[in-house]
Amino acid sequence: MPRINSPAELEKFRKDILSKRDPKKPCIAVCTGTGCLALGASKVVAAIKEEIKKQGLESKVKVEADIRETGCPGFCERGPLLVIYPEEICYLQVQPEDAKEIISQTILAGNVVDRLLYTGPKPDEKIVQESEIPFYKNQKRLLIGNNIRMDPKSIEDYLAAGGYRALVKALCENTPEQVLELVKKAELRGRGGAGFPAGKKWEFTRNSQDETKYVVVNADEGDPGAFMDRALLEGNPHSVLEGLLIGAYAIGANEGFIYVRQEYPLAVENATIAIRQAEESGFLGKNILGSGFDFNVHLHQGAGAFVCGEETALLMSLEGKPGEPNQKPPYPAVKGLWGKPTNINNVETWANVPLIINKGAEFFTSIGTEKSKGTKIFSLVGKVNNTGLVEVPMGITLKDIIYEIGGGIPGGKKFKAVQTGGPSGGCIPEEHLDIKVDFDELAKVGAIMGSGGMIVMDEDTCMVDVAKYFLNFLTDESCGKCAPCREGIRQMLKILTNISKGKGKEGDVELLQEMAEITRDASLCALGGSAPNPVLSTIRYFRGEYEAHINEGKCPAFVCKDLISFYIDPEKCTACMICLRKCPADAIIGGKKQIHVIDQEKCTNCGTCYEVCPTRFAAIRRLSGEPVPPPIPEEERTIVGASKK
Amino acid sequence: MDNDQIDRIIDKHQNDASSLIQILLEIQREHRWLPKAVIERVREKLDVPLSRIQHIVTFYKAFSLIPKGRHEIHVCTGTACHVRGAPRLLDSVQDLTGIKPGETDMDLKFSLETVGCVGCCALGPVMVVDGEYYGKMAPAKSEKVLINYD
Repeated sequence: MPRINSPAELEKFRKDILSKRDPKKPCIAVCTGTGCLALGASKVVAAIKEEIKKQGLESKVKVEADIRETGCPGFCERGPLLVIYPEEICYLQVQPEDAKEIISQTILAGNVVDRLLYTGPKPDEKIVQESEIPFYKNQKRLLIGNNIRMDPKSIEDYLAAGGYRALVKALCENTPEQVLELVKKAELRGRGGAGFPAGKKWEFTRNSQDETKYVVVNADEGDPGAFMDRALLEGNPHSVLEGLLIGAYAIGANEGFIYVRQEYPLAVENATIAIRQAEESGFLGKNILGSGFDFNVHLHQGAGAFVCGEETALLMSLEGKPGEPNQKPPYPAVKGLWGKPTNINNVETWANVPLIINKGAEFFTSIGTEKSKGTKIFSLVGKVNNTGLVEVPMGITLKDIIYEIGGGIPGGKKFKAVQTGGPSGGCIPEEHLDIKVDFDELAKVGAIMGSGGMIVMDEDTCMVDVAKYFLNFLTDESCGKCAPCREGIRQMLKILTNISKGKGKEGDVELLQEMAEITRDASLCALGGSAPNPVLSTIRYFRGEYEAHINEGKCPAFVCKDLISFYIDPEKCTACMICLRKCPADAIIGGKKQIHVIDQEKCTNCGTCYEVCPTRFAAIRRLSGEPVPPPIPEEERTIVGASKK
Repeated sequence: MDNDQIDRIIDKHQNDASSLIQILLEIQREHRWLPKAVIERVREKLDVPLSRIQHIVTFYKAFSLIPKGRHEIHVCTGTACHVRGAPRLLDSVQDLTGIKPGETDMDLKFSLETVGCVGCCALGPVMVVDGEYYGKMAPAKSEKVLINYD
């Protein structure tokens, strides 16, 4: 890669890359994002490479195909994913054994392998093209859609897709003020959670009186159940860098940082490579593209602390200190890293910047709702058929996301709630599924957009347990600096734990509400300030469940272990021995032709028997809030031929 | 881990105390825990108070002040895994190994940790052993996985 010194050189170089590429030559793109890797994508890549070599030798014709290892396109549920260009044939759940057929059938003979295609609700409905699959079709994939088209480790792939064009436009055709105005006009709001207008934030930092300024990418995506920033940084790191460069130019910063959590090793790796490539080719360093603008980027790894996603805590961590938040104001825009004005935006916010510069503010504002423009990436997970990453225009309804894109709830179960915004967010019940998803509408129903986690819950999810789960997470992650957060969360967790154990008292719900309000109002940073949200929103919509726990000692979803028991229905048990063998506590008594009985003393309520009991028998009953019937007497347990029928 | 190795890592970061976390992370990654002697060496080289290093290594989860077992088990307790049954998976892993999260067994065979989210939400519940991902783990399946490690 040569050093590029001017826009003209860049365009020439881009042309060179494109001229070497034959758009008709097949390209097999395999997702090697973390999700697909976990499903064995690297073995698939190896098998395909092997097959290309092997079949090339056998048939004596050179197998013409490129292999591209890409970032995550989103459909994690059906990984490992594979797309063959230029036809855009999409194969799902590809295994190494399929490689032979993919090469011989699709690449050499030009046929589609039916069994690897997406199958619609009707079994004979096969979909060939990626963009026609309902999961993708109902999305608007402006950012994440690029992932499958490039190898994140190749700057040439990024340039071939038009990369760094926005940088040229910003640096060489606009003044910093014009860039800033454009971002303000696009009404881009921060994607990290709070939704603060990015242009305004940039302006504050720009207007701060100081020679030295910094810009920071917040890639400390700590929300459990959210991984869109990882997918962007892992799958298209140059787009984040390009956004950061443009922002730095508008703000007047010459140094930037990418703060990424060490739990994302692949994101660290790809971002590091991208920075090196950008330095070598002159997109970073001195006099970028001959514009006179200097900029350098450093990568900093987080060491495992959720609170470091909060901007003041993140800055402390960048300085090599424990990530404890500071009082705001002064805001980082005035006094940030090492006391200098600092602008921090989330990965997705930065990744939106090149798009805005390239396509203009009007394009961006044409998507979305009145006050929330553009698209948003969500990680749609939990009890939903099509889990994965989805990018949708702001203003789409929750129902469309969960049912049209997500394909509804698996196993014919009933929808209960959707949790957005991670530990700072709330649970939204069925009655609000028609609300339009944007920053303000979600806040109205007691949830938040957050960074984009969207966890679907079905009837088997206990809302007291969910609230307890988040507080448990937050007590662990509270840095302990301020008392309202440290103690408030801990005390609320104590009450919730009691409720889940059947030791709840009357008045507990009211006490929870009172403490939630104090914690929210008195905490130093957003972690404590939003920590009560999961509690308040579950009480708001599912108070009945709390009351069932407290008053009847009953967990309606059969989750809280101390309130449930398992019982084998003697009428239904066929003595098949499956549960008896699988029980980890050896709590099931029985034998061949002996109706099984659970020893309640030994039973740990793990639920294994309930899961393994064949559905045609469905002999295990879950009980809550009622006594367990006594076991049938030993002499009646033998199954004689006739009674089995 | 000898002093030369530690010095090499510190030199890579230009002896800069603001890179303390990055330095400790690299040492942790290579040595897998931070013995007292190592921390002492870092303190000496960087000339920072011991209390600051202690604050950092106890604040951030990535650091361990006790030796790790030969195999590190991470059970994901992210929200998606949680609603899909991670607590029961964790129970069964605890039963099988006899240790709780944060602990290492006496034979230094297994260390157990929980992790906030590994980002494989589609595969939940997820267990990671020595970097190898095991998805859709039913509690009963965990025994079959762990038996292969010695």
